[in-house]
Amino acid sequence: MSQSTASPKASHPRWLRLTHWLNALAVLVMVTSGWRIYNASPIYEFSFPASITLGGWLGGALQWHFAAMWLLAINGLIYLAFNLFSGRLKRRFFPVSPKGVLHDLWAALRGKLGHADLSHYNQVQRVAYLFVIVDITLLVLSGLVLWKSVQFPLLRELMFGYEGARRVHFFAMALLVAFVAVHLLMVALVPKTLLAMIVGRKEQA
Amino acid sequence: MKKRIQIPGLDESSILTDARKILAPQIEDRSRRSFLLRGLTLGGVAMLSGCNITDNQSVDTALSSMSRFNDRVQGWLFNPNAMAPTYPESMITRPFPFNAFYGIDEAPTVEEESYRLEVSGLVADKRSWRLEELRAMAQTEQITRHICVEGWSAIGRWGGVRFSDFLKRIGADTDAKYVGFKCADDYYTSIDMATALHAQTLLALTWDGAVLPREYGFPMKLRMPTKLGYKNPKHIQAIFVSNTYSGGYWEDQGYNWFGGS
Repeated sequence: MSQSTASPKASHPRWLRLTHWLNALAVLVMVTSGWRIYNASPIYEFSFPASITLGGWLGGALQWHFAAMWLLAINGLIYLAFNLFSGRLKRRFFPVSPKGVLHDLWAALRGKLGHADLSHYNQVQRVAYLFVIVDITLLVLSGLVLWKSVQFPLLRELMFGYEGARRVHFFAMALLVAFVAVHLLMVALVPKTLLAMIVGRKEQA
Repeated sequence: MKKRIQIPGLDESSILTDARKILAPQIEDRSRRSFLLRGLTLGGVAMLSGCNITDNQSVDTALSSMSRFNDRVQGWLFNPNAMAPTYPESMITRPFPFNAFYGIDEAPTVEEESYRLEVSGLVADKRSWRLEELRAMAQTEQITRHICVEGWSAIGRWGGVRFSDFLKRIGADTDAKYVGFKCADDYYTSIDMATALHAQTLLALTWDGAVLPREYGFPMKLRMPTKLGYKNPKHIQAIFVSNTYSGGYWEDQGYNWFGGS
């Protein structure tokens, strides 16, 4: 389990840890306030338990949602910019292929996927993290249609109109929550990743 | 689509009850171990919302200033030439939902004979208007989507006087910041001048080709497809043009003032 590989790049640089935790906070606020907003006029035959929502009432939830959206969007752009311009996106996330994902998934299910080098993403991680980047982007874009349907006509049509955008927003949220659930399970199974995300790689024994 | 009869209001006692329900399980659950465990699960989500954060005065203040900031951003984003989509007659939502802060039976009854629309503030001509004078002005009609702050939407057909025509007719100072409305049901709201002058903003006198019925705002409502439902006042009795911010019924309770697209 030693981290003595001669990798010159830290697996969890400071900007990554910072944007990760700010994103976690933004997602937490956006999802829980979003549930309260959903409850005001449920699309489907269920509501979220009020006790796990944020905002107290619709107006309060909207205030949280429209405040945290700036954190989510700006922090997300900073994360993407760092990834793109440092070359990390290409280095860490590609190549990724269906065959590679299946191979690593099978290895993971048999408990044979190694996590010795945290600076290396296996293909399941790659596809999961790329998925969540796309999913949050979709949440932001469908959210823009809900917020400003008249000002973004092209986006509105791409989201199947205002009512379509409500459903896109909902399902993208559901997929994000599913990602978070799996993500947290994985962290529980490989706890050293949590440490790496908090203090960085150099602190590890 | 769910249609809500009433917008849920800010009910202090129910918020307190909620808060107690949220806090009670937390007080029982203090061990560090379970704290960590919950931190790793979706329970962590519940914990953040569980702390009594929305009752905190400074949090309230911060959220309100974010909302004011969002008003400015939205004013800046607003393109006066961007039109809301219009729909064919076959897509009109029937029956069109009634929505107010009171039940349908409590919708005010306004008598046409005695009705006068009052005009005040930064306008050249402050005389009041009878309904037939408004009907004598150029009329226009549109089928647009009404979007409620709760999320649901419904398509309706409104007709009446283009509000920019009316503002010009009364000699309103269109450089002023706000147009405000006072209504027969004690509702009040105010909007930005750019939206007031938008080509699709109507002083609506009809719904679906007939005189605007009581439940939809007789004698008139301001219909803006670029704004959420609560920004569209019904049963309007007075219109004023001003540079002083005057908020609104829901806006003063926390809904965003710009409230629209």
